[in-house]
Amino acid sequence: MSTFWIVLTGALVASACSIVGCFLVLRKMAMIGDAISHAVLPGIVIAFLIGGSRDSLLMLLGAAAIGLLAVFLIQWFHQSGVPSDASIGVVFTALFAAGVVLVSMYTRDIDLDLDCVLYGEIAYVPWNTLQIAGVDIGPKAVWGVGLALLLSVVLIAAFYKQFKICSFDPAMAAAVGIPVALFHYLLMGLVSVSTVASFESVGAILVVGMLVVPPATAYLLTEKLGRMIVYSVLIGCASSVIGYFAASMLDASIAGSMISIAGGIFLIALLFSPSHGVVLRKIKQKQMVRQASIAE
Amino acid sequence: MHKSPLSIHGLSVAYQKKPVLRDITFEVPEGNLIGIVGPNGAGKSTLIKAALGLIPRLHGEVTIYGKPYAKQRKLVGYVPQRESVDWDFPTNALDVVMMGRYGHLGWIKRPGSAEKKLALECLAKVGMADYAGRQISQLSGGQQQRIFLARALAQDATLYVMDEPFVGVDAATEKAIITLLNELKTQGKTVLVVHHDLATVKEYFDWVMLLNVRLVAFGPTEPTFTAQKLQETYGGRLTMLDRESPSALIVNGRSSDVDGSIHLA
Amino acid sequence: MSTALYIWLDPNVQWILFGSMLLGLSSGVIGSFAYLRKQSLMGDALSHAALPGVCIAFMLSGSKSIGLFLLGAAVAGVIATFGIGFITRNSRVKQDAALAIVLTVFFGIGIVLLTRIQHSGNGNQSGLDKFLFGQAASMMLSDVMIMAAISLVLVTVCSLLFKEFKLLSFDPGFARGIGYPVAFMDQLIMFLIVVAVVVGIQAVGVVLMSALLITPAVSARYWTEKLGMMVVLAGLFGALSGLIGTFISASGNNLPTGPLTVLVATAVFALSVAAAPRRGVISKLLLRASVRTQVRREQAEVSGERRNRAV
Repeated sequence: MSTFWIVLTGALVASACSIVGCFLVLRKMAMIGDAISHAVLPGIVIAFLIGGSRDSLLMLLGAAAIGLLAVFLIQWFHQSGVPSDASIGVVFTALFAAGVVLVSMYTRDIDLDLDCVLYGEIAYVPWNTLQIAGVDIGPKAVWGVGLALLLSVVLIAAFYKQFKICSFDPAMAAAVGIPVALFHYLLMGLVSVSTVASFESVGAILVVGMLVVPPATAYLLTEKLGRMIVYSVLIGCASSVIGYFAASMLDASIAGSMISIAGGIFLIALLFSPSHGVVLRKIKQKQMVRQASIAE
Repeated sequence: MHKSPLSIHGLSVAYQKKPVLRDITFEVPEGNLIGIVGPNGAGKSTLIKAALGLIPRLHGEVTIYGKPYAKQRKLVGYVPQRESVDWDFPTNALDVVMMGRYGHLGWIKRPGSAEKKLALECLAKVGMADYAGRQISQLSGGQQQRIFLARALAQDATLYVMDEPFVGVDAATEKAIITLLNELKTQGKTVLVVHHDLATVKEYFDWVMLLNVRLVAFGPTEPTFTAQKLQETYGGRLTMLDRESPSALIVNGRSSDVDGSIHLA
Repeated sequence: MSTALYIWLDPNVQWILFGSMLLGLSSGVIGSFAYLRKQSLMGDALSHAALPGVCIAFMLSGSKSIGLFLLGAAVAGVIATFGIGFITRNSRVKQDAALAIVLTVFFGIGIVLLTRIQHSGNGNQSGLDKFLFGQAASMMLSDVMIMAAISLVLVTVCSLLFKEFKLLSFDPGFARGIGYPVAFMDQLIMFLIVVAVVVGIQAVGVVLMSALLITPAVSARYWTEKLGMMVVLAGLFGALSGLIGTFISASGNNLPTGPLTVLVATAVFALSVAAAPRRGVISKLLLRASVRTQVRREQAEVSGERRNRAV
């Protein structure tokens, strides 16, 4: 049973992250996931200090609030002339540093394990269950991530057209009257929610990986946004399932294995994708050289 | 023996899977002002980038004054497209012009007062002497183009290769640039210009190259720049307003060639 | 106060402060070029990518030698730069995604290896833990000396090749045109970043090393329009952050060095954003206010004239 819950959580995280991740990859904002997942640390710590427990909804809210603050700061610095990659770097490292200092100052003796926040431990997911009226309804992580996934699916399905045009051509979107800024923050909000819901159970690194690796793989396989989303969800789920079994075979970190498998799938697509693969392109070019020399 | 400034034999280039240039062969005559024209995606910028070894070529040979480019770098001045650099870079106009001397300076050695003097002269030649200390992001498009031109002058080359120097510049700058190019020509230098405005070809260049993936025509402007050859180059996308003068040409279809540079870059 | 004074007099601490200062200096200098080449986040990716290298060095040697860790980290970092370059050159995946992919996949592999080490009974991986957040105060004197020496080498290389790096960052196409080996120099700059990251990891930790490369450079950009000045300022800001951060950390309250250094650098950044001439928020507000009053005065004059004429 615990295998089922772990694989299910992994698949849910993969789906939630890769759906929003597709838009991040297309908008050249892949590193924002990394930034948000680090930047939320002070939010978690402050909420923890106020609420006094790891399980509070407060912690989620605190994290999401700081996540959005980070996005806002990044955007603001970018608009005032700092290149976007540098503003991402400045903001997330500053917030993360503040978080680490807070942890070291106040929570040294309390049970808030820094490593666990960062790398999570998906293996503990089945033991931390949600009970309603005394009935065990499954692991908390499954519910949290499931709700985040549901939110993403509903919002993106409802505003698919708008999200698509905002990622492709924001200037044109603004010209036809789509509130580009609103959709930007909506997307960032979804990234924050998915990140925060996922990482307490599975760790920041799995979240960041699932935000980028499956969508980038799908990007090499198709020219259509709709298909890209479907492919990346499938790739993400496959990586979680295979990653889990690889981890139990190797007796190693489950989250780490899932990411490694996703990386392996990306490498295969990079080399052998029918339309964009490196190998096939090299072969085509060789053929062309041969034709050119025959023609002479 | 006298060698051609630039001679290309059997050049082919491909981006990804698509061929962009096929089997180009020509020899540039010395001491001329030469325009390269052709429709969007004809491979104009690609041709000069491949000639200078900036992009890999599938096939073909390029020689500069009879030797491979790697041995003749100091003889060539290159003016890239203006959009190819970040104009928010923390530096001023004089500094950019001095970069033209870097190739002559060699490694590690810093530019000194001799380089500074030469750079100031080059700035004066393009009419930008007053802007030497100006931060480059505060220059207009035309002024940025003049800075690039001054940098090429600082290279003190004998063959100049320019990628769309007239894009996005004002009329005064265009005049200034063409005057300068003619001056270079009278000094016996050879200038190759990727150009997009068919209306000014006859006025500006003494030789012209018509290019559309393959080399359509190359020769002195008068006999080469004809309605029939242009039709051949641009296909159905060209309408003649006045059969007698090719200066009244309008390129049909998807707008003019102005955005061709972006397309290729 | 007396403890603070005492710290300054301890030769060991003096060395550590000196080393952190040089580390901040060199990463500020290299970070400036990374910033201008839009590769600010490269440091983040490379510091994470170092983890599998450190683990493999440990697995192969079975010892916790710092030298081997650094070597492993450097090898992994160089492989990561090749990976990022390969992905961006050979596919439609852009640089940001390539960075994120290499970062997470390498780090994922690193975690797999780390857990393998933990579970294999070789158990005590506490030496590896230090790599996450850094603890300059606990560094050995020999490590500090190595860090200082390498930092000096980095600064020397950057100042010798200043002209070349400048042209490469501003206009790589032109640089290639005049015969610079652009691909080699790209890789050289990446390698310098790798070296800075690797020597810095011990002092500041994997996660925050990237801040030392980014934040001083961004702050410096606010103050000047000249590259030379920017590089000097970035080095200065970096050195200041390293010095103060390490000093607070070493003052005995046992806070990790990396986050403190980053917070000092962030304070410098905040100051720059607020107070820098021309680019800073305050001067921008002042400028806008003065333009507004001027426009208003002119409009008032124009409408006044019109009224006069009407009368």
